[in-house]
Amino acid sequence: MATNFIGKPKNRVDGRDKVTGTAKYTAEFHRPGLLHGVVVSGTIAKGRIKNIDTTAALRLEGVVEVFTHINTPKQAWLDLSYKDMDAPPGEPFRPLHNDKIQFNMQPVALVVAETLELAQYAATLVKVEYEVEEHRTKLADHLEDAIDGDGFRAGFVPPKSQGNFKKAFSNSEVQLDVEYFHGAEHHNPMEMHAATVFYEEDGSLTIYDKTQGVKNSQHYISMVFGLSKKKVRVLSPFVGGAFGSALRPQYQLFLATLAALELKRSVKVELTRPQMFSFGHRPITIQNLKLGASPDGKLKAISHKAFSETSRFEKYVENVVNWAAKLYDCDNIEQVYKLVRLDMYTPLDMRAPGGATGVYALESAMDELSYKLKMDPMELRLKNYSEEDKSEGKPFSTKTLRECFQKGAAKFGWEKRNPQPRSMKKGHDLIGWGMATGVWDAMQVPARAKAEFSADGTLTVGSATADIGTGTYTIMTQIAAETLGLPLEKVKANLGDSDLPFAFIEGGSSTAASVGSAVQKVCEKIAKKLLKEAGKIKDSPFKGANPEEVIFADEMITDKINPSISMSFAEIMESRELEKINKKYMLLPNMLKQNKYSRNTHSAVFAEVKVDEDLGTIKVNRIVSAIDGGRILNLKTAHSQILGGVVWGISMAVHEDSFMDHTFGRFINHDLSKYHISVNADMPEIDVVFVEEPDMVVSSVGAKGIGEIGMVGVAAAIGNAVFHATGKRVRSLPITQEKAMT
Amino acid sequence: MPEYNLNVNGQSFTVEAAADTPVLWVLRDHLRLVGTKYGCGIGQCGACTIHLDGKAQRSCLTPVSSVENAKITTIEGLSEDGSHPVQVAWKEADAPQCGYCQAGQIMTASSFLRENPAPSNEEIRKAMHGNICRCAAYNRIEKAVAMASEKLT
Ligand code: FES
Ligand code: FES
Repeated sequence: MATNFIGKPKNRVDGRDKVTGTAKYTAEFHRPGLLHGVVVSGTIAKGRIKNIDTTAALRLEGVVEVFTHINTPKQAWLDLSYKDMDAPPGEPFRPLHNDKIQFNMQPVALVVAETLELAQYAATLVKVEYEVEEHRTKLADHLEDAIDGDGFRAGFVPPKSQGNFKKAFSNSEVQLDVEYFHGAEHHNPMEMHAATVFYEEDGSLTIYDKTQGVKNSQHYISMVFGLSKKKVRVLSPFVGGAFGSALRPQYQLFLATLAALELKRSVKVELTRPQMFSFGHRPITIQNLKLGASPDGKLKAISHKAFSETSRFEKYVENVVNWAAKLYDCDNIEQVYKLVRLDMYTPLDMRAPGGATGVYALESAMDELSYKLKMDPMELRLKNYSEEDKSEGKPFSTKTLRECFQKGAAKFGWEKRNPQPRSMKKGHDLIGWGMATGVWDAMQVPARAKAEFSADGTLTVGSATADIGTGTYTIMTQIAAETLGLPLEKVKANLGDSDLPFAFIEGGSSTAASVGSAVQKVCEKIAKKLLKEAGKIKDSPFKGANPEEVIFADEMITDKINPSISMSFAEIMESRELEKINKKYMLLPNMLKQNKYSRNTHSAVFAEVKVDEDLGTIKVNRIVSAIDGGRILNLKTAHSQILGGVVWGISMAVHEDSFMDHTFGRFINHDLSKYHISVNADMPEIDVVFVEEPDMVVSSVGAKGIGEIGMVGVAAAIGNAVFHATGKRVRSLPITQEKAMT
Repeated sequence: MPEYNLNVNGQSFTVEAAADTPVLWVLRDHLRLVGTKYGCGIGQCGACTIHLDGKAQRSCLTPVSSVENAKITTIEGLSEDGSHPVQVAWKEADAPQCGYCQAGQIMTASSFLRENPAPSNEEIRKAMHGNICRCAAYNRIEKAVAMASEKLT
């Protein structure tokens, strides 16, 4: 069939827009008279604003207004009104709400002027005097103050223990007790956060916001400013990367909207790169892993404890310690998750939140155990392979991890590994081979979609989801085209517009399974309607036919048994005098069915590193990532997703570190020269292997979602390879030259 | 404020701007040529790369007063319809993910390939290493440059 597209390596449908510069991002929408807002960032971590002097700024011609907590009209009083779909428990931050400073680089004023240059200059003239209070920002210094990491948050599973860890651990012949650490990280999408708010004649707002969920931004603005949703339209057709940073409405959205409403003019606020370090990061964790095993490698006891950071005002929780019970067949598992309240902004979901870090520590510890046991690290994993999720006592909906190990190892050449550390030298370089497992959730969330089929043979589908580079436009197009049997060129997918039917924020790798299925279902409804109409045509061979008896392909309906019987869509539309067929669909996950299973993606990651024996410089040389991600909807974009995830893992392992100066309580390497991320020259050879098994429990399209899984496990595999190369175990990320040497 | 006559994508423009205004902002805010991106403003990411007389330059560090006599080319002027061999290869290789860094990548690659139409992989890496892609499409970008070079030679 010429209209089969799912799974094929199709080119991105928005590729042309992205290579010609015509794809427009948030800060690039314009109308005459648009004002520019520049945010003044605070310079202390805790205290209050004693005085804020805006007179010099306001004196400049062309400066329209300076908003501070003093002249900002009070917005909604209830915390609830500030809660967005991704908010952790607590009281969300309210920009310009009062004189209180809760974190460094907190926005303290918005300068609005006719030009960007003027606003930037005027912002330097705003003088703020503070009453400084003592702050605390260093996690390690306050562990005794830790509180339980609990509370309700979408996707968060409060840790729970099983069996009797203490007893089993003390009875274990082989024991390991180690501590792991990793630094903070910032998302740093290439596009800055921005909001462009157009103030319409009737007082309604058309807002372009950098967001992973237009409905979330719309909801937030309507609640905070007390506006009917009809008066707030949020758009985000292209997102220049987000990785979690745009899950929650950030302060640029609040500030630009505030200014637009107050001034009754259109306003744009675009943050600067340093300000991209001011609203949420991957929190530092300090993790303790205790593993107890019998001499043959059977795990008897696992304890995974983590201390992590949160703000004073919200309790940011993520799944850090929950993974061992999913990965390993072990009866006695202890999970402890603690948070320390610090004077910083609430941490923020960042690609594979919790998983990337928790699995890093777990899989590093497993590697350490394998050396203690004198066992091959992969064999140790296979020995303890879980056929069911111990934490929930449920089977997995699908799990191809075993094949991932086999195929990944074969591709990598794992069997040629000399188990002895420092044994694989090449000239000056110590070569190390390491491996690790990855795991992430396969989620489906409610989603709506609509579709319109026109007499000219074109189909438009829409859902208020996002494409943050993930390929959502493309898979929506592929699914719609294949389901109805149209060429790709005749399908248009719309997203990133709050006028479209509801979709959840694009996060947690849930979009393909959720929106993808909704699109499939709404197209099935169109197909059904076409068949019904076909049946009404005089002497129709399809009279009373069921959708199961026919095929929708190549722009026609064909009888399954007798393919010579067919009718083109055009013929049906024409004979029935139909201009358009419109359908809507609401996808609600079948919880009854889904709850019978644990739903996860997995990966097996193999890494080769080269460490210069004299200098300690580390080069990741080669990665093989074998992925259990269900059915792959587009081989090309999926491959890109995994590549991206792997590079994020490399970057986490050896580069990224948001460094806080605790004297000021501020991240100080807040630009792209000092915050290191992987670049082209760092790239190893990366092989991606998909071990596909359609997961029909997670979604009717068989997909499990792959945005995060590519990253999980990579940092551990690299750390393990560094140990194999050097014989030195570095238990802290990033693994820098100094750490590898000393 | 001084006025500058600029030649951008074969068209003449007169803009009024302070002498030290980066070309990036003249393009984006004055001329509304927003294909050229702001990624850092300090010459570290390459998102703002344009051509000055055919050579790749970072527009965030280039003051408008210095480009009056140059021919400026932005992503919008690289080809009429996305048919430049680099753009074609970019689509085919799935180099763009979110797309934000890609104008800069493409401008760097196209200027590089003009000078060195048949580069080795090592040369490609060297040429491209100053352009950050947070979506990390690097391996695909490398492949796209190689594909484009095949088409060019
Ligand atoms: S914006 Fe010019 S190099 Fe980053
Ligand atoms: S494609 Fe997103 S930053 Fe390069």
